[in-house]
Amino acid sequence: MSETILVVVEQREGKLNRVSWETLVAGQSLAAEMGWTLEAAVAGNGVSAIAGEVAAKKVSKIHALESPGFSPYTPEGFSAGLKQFISAKQPRLVLMPHTYQVRDFVPKLATAMGRTVISDCIGYRKEGDKLLFTRQMFQGKFAADVSFNCDPPWFVTFQNGAFRGDRVEAGASAAPVESVNVDIPQGTIRNKPQEVFKEAKQAVDLTQAEIIVSVGRGIKEQKHIELAKQLADALGGEIAASRPICDSGWLPMDRQIGSSGQTVAPKLYLALGISGAIQHIVGMKGARSVVAINKDHEAPIFEIADVAVVGNLFDVVPALIEEVKKMKSSA
Amino acid sequence: MKILVCMKQVPPKDAPLKLNEAGTWIREDVSYEVNEPDAFALEEALRQKEKHSGEVVVITAGPARAQQVLREALAKGADRAIHLEDAAFVGLDAFNTAGAFAAAIKDEQFDLIFTGLQSDDCGFAQTGVILAELLGWPHATIIMQIEKTEGGIKVKRELESGYFQFVEMPLPAVLTIQSGINKLRYATLIGIKQAKNKPLRKVALAELGPAITANSQKIERMYVPQKTKKTEYLEGSSAEIAKKLVEKLKDEIRVL
Repeated sequence: MSETILVVVEQREGKLNRVSWETLVAGQSLAAEMGWTLEAAVAGNGVSAIAGEVAAKKVSKIHALESPGFSPYTPEGFSAGLKQFISAKQPRLVLMPHTYQVRDFVPKLATAMGRTVISDCIGYRKEGDKLLFTRQMFQGKFAADVSFNCDPPWFVTFQNGAFRGDRVEAGASAAPVESVNVDIPQGTIRNKPQEVFKEAKQAVDLTQAEIIVSVGRGIKEQKHIELAKQLADALGGEIAASRPICDSGWLPMDRQIGSSGQTVAPKLYLALGISGAIQHIVGMKGARSVVAINKDHEAPIFEIADVAVVGNLFDVVPALIEEVKKMKSSA
Repeated sequence: MKILVCMKQVPPKDAPLKLNEAGTWIREDVSYEVNEPDAFALEEALRQKEKHSGEVVVITAGPARAQQVLREALAKGADRAIHLEDAAFVGLDAFNTAGAFAAAIKDEQFDLIFTGLQSDDCGFAQTGVILAELLGWPHATIIMQIEKTEGGIKVKRELESGYFQFVEMPLPAVLTIQSGINKLRYATLIGIKQAKNKPLRKVALAELGPAITANSQKIERMYVPQKTKKTEYLEGSSAEIAKKLVEKLKDEIRVL
């Protein structure tokens, strides 16, 4: 019998979290390389619509795991419910995105099953008959290839941006959806979560942005933020910043990119006056293209930039805004 | 409230690090400091104790050098410390570290256990959650606020993208604490003096017995990540650079 890879996609409030496509791409790629079967699962209370959405992709089967105990989300409910399903199913690999929600329950789930999670991976490699998962260590200064030293199921979570979600393969025909009723016994769930809320009034989900213009210390003064905003507007993108800018209150905290802020993977990340401290890099290195403008030619941001401009952003950015506007008006 | 704070000693964020000869870990001849989120976890425990009275106990696992983290915590106001002292603790996976902590505190009765949300060296983000599962306690992660309620606690979880959520839960419980939950204090001179007389229990690896098993995940090798990107430098006047860049955004990066 063929081995199975199970991708558990994430839903929040009845909506598929887009980062799940990246995990599905990882699953499709692994399935092709290993000759294993790819299946997906989604857990919730009324998830048939999401299961249907996933069924359009190249997967053998979707398991729609249904239980009132999955809603609202609690680590106890998800751990108990998924344990039941995964124990019965016995896949070789269980893949999930490394989201705050997954981080909250997957170590509990794996421990409850006597297994381990290789967390926050950025890729995998096959070496002989060994499957290695690559994760960052020491804030990204090193990478480590990590193997499992236990029986399957093997749990792996992938960092946001590790795979290209837009490369998810569609299926030739819709995959079958199998509805599974999961029984989460009373008393399992001790946490009582309240409604999810946004603190900042204009809180923005930068993970969904395709173009991000991001500012760092090189912007020098609060009044110059406006210049970066104009560029973001011209490009039709979102404005973001490194931690020092948000700590200074020049932009709200929900615009912060990096290990303590958001992790993003836009099509374009335009870094203005950002030196590229590792805490920032971990939040944006998944970007498809990085354009960096910085006057310090040794700034580490240039290490990961596709396009580099060594120069004064106060000269380059106004010219750039003008050029973008010119291009758009002629288009 | 009796609170245990799990702490870890890690190299500073900006420390230049080198790999060991086997390429499986760093060379340990570097300086160390407390893992940043753990410092916030300690501060939060001290604040909770000041509000509700009780005791703050700190625990770490690592070689002799790791005692520094405990000494600093005692100087800041922790009441006593537990040091699982062995160089072997450095290489343990999150499951074994959590198992070691659980075994070391089996005769104690804590109301709360705090950990930082993740460590700056391994970044597993798992030890606290595994510890909760091993103890059979509820947990909540990435916590930005803690209030005592009649039946337990109410905590504020940070979610992604600017979202938050309050969760009520019974005690005992494990919480993983986010950096920035509070403002860190400095140790006072008196605190540093008093720390010398505070109890510090050492636990040897052998005392933990079957709690430590073979790691279920193994670092095969560590290496400096290869630079995969080819960087193209744009030169010329600002106007020329702007023109070239817009062409790229249009034709290669395709966002215009």
